[in-house]
Amino acid sequence: MKLMLKTTVSLGVLCLTAGAAFADCGIEGAGSVRILSNDFEALRLVNTTAAECATDSLTITANANAEHKNLQVPALSINPAEYTVAVVANNSIVPLLNDDLIRPLDDLVAEYGASLQPNQLIKIDGKTMAIAFMGNAQHLFYRKDILDAAGVAEPKSYEDILAAAEAIKASGAMEYPVAASVKPGWDLAAEFVNAYLGTGAEFFAPGSAELAIDNENGLKVLETMRALTAYMDPDYLTFDANGIKAEYEAGNTAMMVEWGSLAGAIIDEEGAAEGVVANTVLAAAPTIGGGSIPAVALWWDGFTIAKNISDEDAAASFQAMVHGISPEMVAANPAVATWLVAGYEPGPAAVGVIATANGGARAYPMQPYMGLLHTALSAELAEFMAGTEDAAQALADVKAAYETAAREGGYL
Amino acid sequence: MPHKTFFAFILPSLVAMVLFIALPIVSVVVQSFHVEHGRILVEVENCQPFGGCTKETRVDTAAMAELQAAQPMGQFNGFGTYLNRSHLAVDEIGAILSDNTGFGNIVARIYNLPFYKALAFTLVFCFVVTPLAMALGFAIALAVNALPKVSKGPVIFFSLLPMIITPLVGSLILYWMIQANGIIGATLQNLFNDPTLSLRASPVLTWASLLFYGVWTNAPFSFVVFYAGLQTVPGDTLESAMIDGASRWERIRYVIIPHLAPLATFVALVQLMDNFRVFEPIVGFSAEANATSLSWLIFNDLSGDAQLFGSAGATSVLTIAGVIVLLMPVLIRTWREFNHKVV
Repeated sequence: MKLMLKTTVSLGVLCLTAGAAFADCGIEGAGSVRILSNDFEALRLVNTTAAECATDSLTITANANAEHKNLQVPALSINPAEYTVAVVANNSIVPLLNDDLIRPLDDLVAEYGASLQPNQLIKIDGKTMAIAFMGNAQHLFYRKDILDAAGVAEPKSYEDILAAAEAIKASGAMEYPVAASVKPGWDLAAEFVNAYLGTGAEFFAPGSAELAIDNENGLKVLETMRALTAYMDPDYLTFDANGIKAEYEAGNTAMMVEWGSLAGAIIDEEGAAEGVVANTVLAAAPTIGGGSIPAVALWWDGFTIAKNISDEDAAASFQAMVHGISPEMVAANPAVATWLVAGYEPGPAAVGVIATANGGARAYPMQPYMGLLHTALSAELAEFMAGTEDAAQALADVKAAYETAAREGGYL
Repeated sequence: MPHKTFFAFILPSLVAMVLFIALPIVSVVVQSFHVEHGRILVEVENCQPFGGCTKETRVDTAAMAELQAAQPMGQFNGFGTYLNRSHLAVDEIGAILSDNTGFGNIVARIYNLPFYKALAFTLVFCFVVTPLAMALGFAIALAVNALPKVSKGPVIFFSLLPMIITPLVGSLILYWMIQANGIIGATLQNLFNDPTLSLRASPVLTWASLLFYGVWTNAPFSFVVFYAGLQTVPGDTLESAMIDGASRWERIRYVIIPHLAPLATFVALVQLMDNFRVFEPIVGFSAEANATSLSWLIFNDLSGDAQLFGSAGATSVLTIAGVIVLLMPVLIRTWREFNHKVV
């Protein structure tokens, strides 16, 4: 509660001060900007900053909603679209592209995008379809004091993590030294995707929707995931990303691969047990199976502009969002996210994401059928993780479930 | 009442039922017979902040729009979706039956199919929770009926609480209580002297918690109906039974229960229907790993990164079919009674 209050107050203060500093974004004419985004601090900040551009004739509203993925396709399908801006990530842009609901931004970038950097432009088939403004990735959080006491160095790979976990458990310092967000559903599937990306292999046969995870890489990933469960709290199947954050802050666990966007909340002074924050080290995500690629997906968050709106609204929306992600906003809020914006100076909460990106981690795949695979993984890996099924059977189940869904989706 | 008057009397509700119940069901049925058009894929250059540019497949949206305009519903698939692995899994069952190592193997492999796994829990939930919740509701009704007038109001209010609380919130409350550091979880660990005991980890204990929650949340409905029924038990009959020397138990067994039997049929009907749609506790208890239900399958198809409307439609139709099968004995009985009265 206290944390929420603090955030609200600081956001409020920020709005006031920022509003006074640069109230006019130079948007001409009347119009309406309607933003749909996911609901976390960085995006709320972008939305409030964009809303500063409102004038007497220009209205700006924002809906930060955790259900945004379910809202966006129907909301942008109608004409005129319910929202002019959809804030998306690697995965949630795909349904919009599949149904052709967002417009190319090249003209708008040329006219109003002077403050954007080239690597912010998400180009698909040569056309800029989204403007990325922040990066995110899961990476390793560990407790230096616990690892030092057990005499182990910083883990660089999942094999190191297993060895370190064994050492910590043997020393009696901690019963469950490892935590991972393996709750069946989106989280569990993301864990598999992460580890599989680390093997360097592809999910699909080139150029088709044919699944290609039924191989020794897939088995290796599953073996590693299951081996880790031996060092986890027996309730591990009910822990999602927020669940393991709570476990870590309570001092119940020594190592976890957790979202970089939660790092700020973990290393702040709020809500953690004695000694946790001071001894927390953020490091690159571990590699897997002797590979050199950090075994996590890199994510970007960016904004897209709806197709089914007037050109005036599109231009106003673009300018408001460019203001929302302006270098001034980023300079005032460096700790909120790992920004991709010009002039960003990474803070202490961003080192893990940056180390992971520099380590060569791969982006979350953007194939149109990746969502179907993610859903298949989310339901079919549960029994394997619970220990009631072997790895080969789990992969066969995933393949069967994916193929059923892909046939229904028209991809196979 | 003449048929014509009766018809005119119920016409408004009939129209509303067609509009809000029948038509949506028809649309779901139609949906379940269709799948998406075959996607036309193209390879395009794709550039993002990490990893630079790569060749990736995309859907050719222009070509898809033409297909979509020609056939907005998608491809007709007949019963294809119903028979695929996510639903009745006819081919898979055939393969299992023709090649297996015994009965245990058959059961295990069928249980591995998502639809049958969900159906198993749904049916267990229905047939365990319904009678237990009715029995508990009846017991509470008898107890409350015996209370002095002053205390009845507050006791009734507290007995109704599980029904008043939103199911998702109710299940979350219980879920937090059974965690290792929650009041029930910690007490159980203490009682059994087993610090690793976790109600969330083992499938059996997860099922037990879900069933317990089901009884807790369903009992008030039975209680309310049975309590209302108890007010109509004829006092004369009870008195004469007492004069004949019937004990309290005998009065319940031979006067009250026969009097409330038609009511019990009604409660069972409603509860079976409700319990067949069990969903909230699975989400609230984060029990997806160990227990899924038909409604959860529908939710799973419609949430997430990719939505499968045909699949969700097929599961919905199968759920409706399941409800009809469950209610058949009760419906037949009601129909017979109705005919009996007319004649």
